[in-house]
Amino acid sequence: MTDTTQTGPVLAADGTPLKKSLARALRMQKLRALMLIAPLLLFVLITFLLPIADMLFRSVENNIVSDTLPNTVVALEDWDPNSGEAPGEEVFAALAVDLKAAAEAKTHTKVGTRLNYENPGISSLFRKAGRKVKKWDTEADGPFKEKFLEMDDAWGDIGVWQTIQTYSPKLTNGYFLNSVDLKKGNDGIEVRPENERIYIRLFIRTFIMSLIITGACIVLGYPVAWILANLPSRTANLLMILVLLPFWTSLLVRTSAWKVMLQQQGVINETLVWLGLVADDARLVMINNQFGTIVAMTHILLPFMILPMYSVMQTINPSYLRAAKSLGATNWTAFWRVYFPNSVPGIGAGSILVFILAIGYYITPELVGGTKGVFISNRIAFHISTSLNWGLAAALGTILLAVVLLLYWTYDKIVGIDNVKLG
Amino acid sequence: MTAPTGNDAFVEFERVQKSYDGETLVVKDLNLTMPKGEFLTMLGPSGSGKTTCLMMLAGFETATHGDIRLGGTSINNIPPHKRGIGMVFQNYALFPHMTIAENLSFPLEVRKMGKSEREEKVRRALDMVEMGAFGGRRPAQLSGGQQQRIALARALVFEPELVLMDEPLGALDKQLREKMQFEITHLAHRLGITVVYVTHDQTEALTMSDRVAVFNDGVIQQLAPPDVLYEEPANSFVAQFIGENNTLEGEVLEIKDGIAVVKLDDGELIDCKPVNVSKPGERTRVSIRPERVEYNKDRLQEGAHTLKAEVLEFIYMGDIFRTRLRVAGNDEFIIKTRNAPDQVRLQPGQQIEIGWLPEDCRALDA
Repeated sequence: MTDTTQTGPVLAADGTPLKKSLARALRMQKLRALMLIAPLLLFVLITFLLPIADMLFRSVENNIVSDTLPNTVVALEDWDPNSGEAPGEEVFAALAVDLKAAAEAKTHTKVGTRLNYENPGISSLFRKAGRKVKKWDTEADGPFKEKFLEMDDAWGDIGVWQTIQTYSPKLTNGYFLNSVDLKKGNDGIEVRPENERIYIRLFIRTFIMSLIITGACIVLGYPVAWILANLPSRTANLLMILVLLPFWTSLLVRTSAWKVMLQQQGVINETLVWLGLVADDARLVMINNQFGTIVAMTHILLPFMILPMYSVMQTINPSYLRAAKSLGATNWTAFWRVYFPNSVPGIGAGSILVFILAIGYYITPELVGGTKGVFISNRIAFHISTSLNWGLAAALGTILLAVVLLLYWTYDKIVGIDNVKLG
Repeated sequence: MTAPTGNDAFVEFERVQKSYDGETLVVKDLNLTMPKGEFLTMLGPSGSGKTTCLMMLAGFETATHGDIRLGGTSINNIPPHKRGIGMVFQNYALFPHMTIAENLSFPLEVRKMGKSEREEKVRRALDMVEMGAFGGRRPAQLSGGQQQRIALARALVFEPELVLMDEPLGALDKQLREKMQFEITHLAHRLGITVVYVTHDQTEALTMSDRVAVFNDGVIQQLAPPDVLYEEPANSFVAQFIGENNTLEGEVLEIKDGIAVVKLDDGELIDCKPVNVSKPGERTRVSIRPERVEYNKDRLQEGAHTLKAEVLEFIYMGDIFRTRLRVAGNDEFIIKTRNAPDQVRLQPGQQIEIGWLPEDCRALDA
């Protein structure tokens, strides 16, 4: 019992402040809770958060140029890229020193590859130079400008030097500029030539197709969720199994099944031709294009829409509809004014889920998307595994992440994330 | 409490049957006539068909057979939203995404009423249930009793002539329930609306209604004003269901001059009022209300019949004493006495004599 007349902190029975006493009492519980979540926390940290941080860093990281060519970078600082002339002897001398060291460490090809992303052709230039420079004596063999020019005329090309100078800093926004079809020129940021612009279009396509897929999922999923929520539970459970059945089938199998269905010699085309609805020589092209991607992805993502909708609709009391009708509303008005607004949280949750999944989807567009139906993630995968331009892949991924977070934020502002119910 | 005649029938059920599965009837051959302005309660245990009847009247269930008429016209094929019947639901069914004012405005909006008229009616309806200051709140911000009032106001705001209430007070605590019972009855009488009220709470039915229809097994067991229902139950189901009741089983020996002589199973003979027994030899259940039993010899009325009894338990309940006795082999015989200063408090084990008037003792079906 505490004395209520005293001022200051409330004391526990043994005279310690109550807050301290409470904290001590709860400490064990907190510690136990922390230990229970610790394995998952570590797992998420190591496999999820750290890679994301690494990706974010890679999208701006550019140490390789200044690390491999330290002297050249310093020497180039004084060179005016708009002078119209290749840099002078001291820069070439610095390059010779750097390249000799790099060739011995076998890193000259790496910096060549890096610069090659920005200016195709540099890679072979560096490889060739590395081989030769290794044999030079950097103290005595000057002047080096002639020797380099003799080796390859391209060393006199201002473009090469501009590229090296532009990508000298340790951090660069070059990857991001690339991701949105811009590039770093001598006078700042430039738009890429028409034939090199691909990412903006790919982002827009990914966005629009994800929207279409989300819309299709809403339209197809809403009635199903409604039926599920309004049937007696035995029948509903049976139908629920049918909804969940796709989850138990491999994603690849499902996507391949769509290939069988949609291809020109596939089930649908054969049926249409057999029925005489489509001429044999005018079979519909439904696969390896956007249509194929949208159909297959709608099918695959549909359960993610139905489940949250269903769980929200289950909580909508059926007496709301009855009440609305008894108050004089027609079936449609009762649905639209009363049932639908109450089911919006389910639509919201389903849409967020489906849209975010769709915008980063990879396997299905890769398999059935052809060239017109691929998503930005396919391009990211290309840069990760084929072109090995991880910086660009990281920048594209970062933009994707930013877009998703922005959407999430917008949704929170407009609808309120509290209104999202996943179950 | 006017007896309905064919002329002023407002709500009519004629030979109505309802089956959900095609095998069993939930409502069997229901006939019911209500005049305008009556407060009728459908009372019965769960599964007795009372809610089904209400839902058929509201239009959410279709009658399998028979005719339901409202104001003389058959409404079997009229959809619920065209029936113009107000309804209060068990869980209030206030629309959670609308404010209170919007909830009340909803029935007026779907009737295409103008904005100013709507606002005026909503304001009046809110004032009527003394909730004028709550128009801007959401249902979730109100207490159960307040939600109840709003549900009532919403069912009344479009001025229906018939209002249905489906166990509207079921979710409230006892005190609030009693308060709302009075408010609803007063409001209904003041506005002159016809009310069909469904409940399984017999106190509610007795205190609120003009007439009560006791349902069991899909059939109306008795349709009568509350006092008749309590004092003159038509059969043993009604006697058991309404109020507390003591039952003694026996066999009819003879019926003569409006008195039935019943031989109880332990051999005692008692005089009863024959209600639905017709001939000697029939099994019967004799029903006596606990408060009509007297054990104080000085107060026993003239002509009272007496029996021996043993006190088993004495329960002090504040305003009354409840005493459990063994009477004629029945261990569950209850008597109730008022807590008056001169009242004797019986002790368990005591042997006493109890008595009652033959007219308070009704011989019903077995």
